[in-house]
Amino acid sequence: MRDIRYLDDVATLIFDKEACVGCSLCTVVCPHGVFELIDGKAKIVDLDGCMECGACVNNCPVNALKVTPGVG
Amino acid sequence: MSIEIKPPLKHIQSENVSILPSMDRVSPVLFDEKKLKHSSPLSEYEKSGYVIAHFVEKFIETDAGPIPVVKRDLTLRDRVETLGARSGLTRNNYRIAPGLYAIGKPDQNSEVLVTANFKLTFDILRSSINSISAWILVLDSFGVNVWCAAGKGTFSTQELVNRINKSGLERILNHRRVILPQLSATGVKARDVKKMCGFTVIFGPIRASDIALFLQNRKKANADMRQVTFTFKERLILTPIELNIAFKPLIITTLAIFIISGISHKIFSLENSLNRGLTALIFLLIGVLSGALITPTFLPFIPFREFAAKGALSGFILAFCVLVLFSVKSNITYFSTSSSLSLLLFSTAVSSWFAMNFTGATPFTSPSGVEKEMRRFIPFQASAAILSLILWLYSGF
Ligand code: SF4
Ligand code: SF4
Repeated sequence: MRDIRYLDDVATLIFDKEACVGCSLCTVVCPHGVFELIDGKAKIVDLDGCMECGACVNNCPVNALKVTPGVG
Repeated sequence: MSIEIKPPLKHIQSENVSILPSMDRVSPVLFDEKKLKHSSPLSEYEKSGYVIAHFVEKFIETDAGPIPVVKRDLTLRDRVETLGARSGLTRNNYRIAPGLYAIGKPDQNSEVLVTANFKLTFDILRSSINSISAWILVLDSFGVNVWCAAGKGTFSTQELVNRINKSGLERILNHRRVILPQLSATGVKARDVKKMCGFTVIFGPIRASDIALFLQNRKKANADMRQVTFTFKERLILTPIELNIAFKPLIITTLAIFIISGISHKIFSLENSLNRGLTALIFLLIGVLSGALITPTFLPFIPFREFAAKGALSGFILAFCVLVLFSVKSNITYFSTSSSLSLLLFSTAVSSWFAMNFTGATPFTSPSGVEKEMRRFIPFQASAAILSLILWLYSGF
């Protein structure tokens, strides 16, 4: 959501590019368009848009993603 | 199935007394076989102890037994129930029976749309998928919407697998796939569902109104369908619940206000309590209105990112305007500098607090951000409230 923004520099999303197999599921489930698939790998394009819902973490097949909500 | 008609009894008697003459005759209408058969298409699906839901129009027979077909149009009853749920009056008990339903004329190739058993969610789904025929698998989310239930773990992988197995879907379908709302992804692990019951999970669009287009596009969602929105209307719809939550603390605060406002050099003055109490109550209501209604509704138009700051600003401005209005319109003498300042601080703190609470209802605030905001703003809100109290007490003497 680009029109309403919450705080910057608080999202705890961590992405392990090495582990990513480019399945694109994170780009499907994220409700804030945080990822794009670029050259067969996920890329975080809007970190501050992340609301730490955990949908991507829950569905990444190789545990390449992590969020720790509430310790920002 | 034919119903055996017994010859009418000559007399229905109770201890040899005919109670009513009409009781001697068995009503011919009751036993009119033709009428019985055609009375209602639903009647043969009635079961003792069950009520057929009012949104079911008929049943279709499948290899997994009769499946209720639901109406697409919402009735007046649905709309009234929606109002009740939105206002928070009936929200805690607004669920429908989980299980398999149908809409339109689905067959063995039709898609399966999975949803939650919060009636509002179900109503939105059945009324906004245009002319699509599909199966609707309703999970038991305890009457909670998809996103919240997924977060709480009730709209889960296990619940989905259990419902798929229990519904007999595999006896009905030629395929093995189900379409889930995207926002259920926090609770459902697609690959585990596949492992556990062989069904492929497809994450569909967020909004039910996009399902028709999604299916047309061969189950591809565009970027818009994948992103949550928080429009004016969506924000406005949430405010009754916010006001409802505010109600209880409001009552307690009101009591406290009247007691505190009465404290004066006479120890306690009833006149002060009523007069000053009423004034303080007005500014309490201004704070609540600003924090729980105005700030949420006009969220993106109020400066600052933190909700607490947005709330403080709008509460301050509103209270200031009302103070000016008061002092122009009337000659209320107790509006000293200290009491004016106290009232300003009071509305600001209350509004900031309720606005901060609204972070829990939005679809874009991260828990880490909320925690940061609370750490920063609760001390401010508390000091403003305490300062306001001291000034109010001071101005009472
Ligand atoms: S945690 Fe949620 S909002 Fe953040 S990147 Fe993952 S899916 Fe997107
Ligand atoms: S879900 Fe995981 S593996 Fe798949 S694209 Fe995203 S980060 Fe990569």
